[in-house]
Amino acid sequence: MFGAALIVFRESLEAALLISIVAAATRGLSRRNFWIAVGIAAGLAGSLVVAGLTERIAELAEGSGQELFNAAVLGIAVVMLGWHNIWMARHGREMAAQAKSVGHAVKSGQREMSALAILIAIAVLREGSETALFLYGLAAGGGSSHASMLGGGLTGLVAGVVAGWALYSGLARIPLRHFFTVTSGLILLLAAGLAGQMARFLVQGDIVRPLATPLWDSSSLLPMDSVIGNVLHLVAGYDARPSGMQVLFYVLTFLIILAGMRWSRTLTPRTA
Amino acid sequence: MKALVFACLMLPVAAIAADLEASLTIRNHQFSPAELKVPAGKKIKLIVQNQDPTPEEFESHELNREKVIAGNGKATIYIGPLQPGKYPFFGEFNEKTARGVVIAE
Ligand SMILES: [Cu+2]
Repeated sequence: MFGAALIVFRESLEAALLISIVAAATRGLSRRNFWIAVGIAAGLAGSLVVAGLTERIAELAEGSGQELFNAAVLGIAVVMLGWHNIWMARHGREMAAQAKSVGHAVKSGQREMSALAILIAIAVLREGSETALFLYGLAAGGGSSHASMLGGGLTGLVAGVVAGWALYSGLARIPLRHFFTVTSGLILLLAAGLAGQMARFLVQGDIVRPLATPLWDSSSLLPMDSVIGNVLHLVAGYDARPSGMQVLFYVLTFLIILAGMRWSRTLTPRTA
Repeated sequence: MKALVFACLMLPVAAIAADLEASLTIRNHQFSPAELKVPAGKKIKLIVQNQDPTPEEFESHELNREKVIAGNGKATIYIGPLQPGKYPFFGEFNEKTARGVVIAE
């Protein structure tokens, strides 16, 4: 539930951020709202197509194919989350600046109005299909029912839209840098956790060796079905009886993404 | 991506040797046999046959496994090698009736 809410919140906030910047920059322009709506609708429709295809593939897969498919989806989600974390800190401000200049270009008639809609559609499609994939990954990783995922997703979406609206209207000043630091940390844990789940599916389908079954057993200290165990499972990929391979995937993913983030940060030009 | 490639290169694909097989049947939202004895210390290929028209999810915290089995479908789950002991499992979609235990000895 919390994992789903966090992902949808983060993704919808990113889309909402771009939309509110474009909207603010094009305030007072005729038919602006129409084109923004077209962009959002097109992006959502595209996301649904991607999500629909994902489900279809899952149904078609049989035998160990289910494990392979789950592992592949989780792997893609891990790569996208890692990529996201590594590049977002560096390019977040650039993106905001670009969106603003597109808005100005539209305002001064340098580009067609539809450019604005396309920009918004791409932002919504990217974040929307990412969201669909991550939610599928979470569902494949288990631990939460569809109802609680839907609840979490809706909570995250509403929170993201509200935050975007707050940004747009300038009623709230969110310390964005601080906010992104916290969510980056959570996304890092989430990515490592999903990588661990991926290893579990590969072991379950006999595609890789478990290395140790289990590496440790902390089920008496912190059982998986306790509230804290469940929250830790969803947020940080906690497992009471992980196989050695699961831990290896977890640690490697964590370290590689962290190293990538450090490296990316050193490339950031220091602007006041 | 790097993690994946690295892990895949570093670790050999599972052994080709013949696996020990065990099977379970789901009927009327119940597992049979409810007690499944398997040898300890061996990898087991567990074949679950679902004879109900509804899907079931084989789940076990102790075995660290979960897998959806379609209605009137079949699924293969690899478990072990296990330490001697009892490993309860259940059907997530019919938790009250679908219960069982793997006994490794
Ligand atoms: Cu994103």
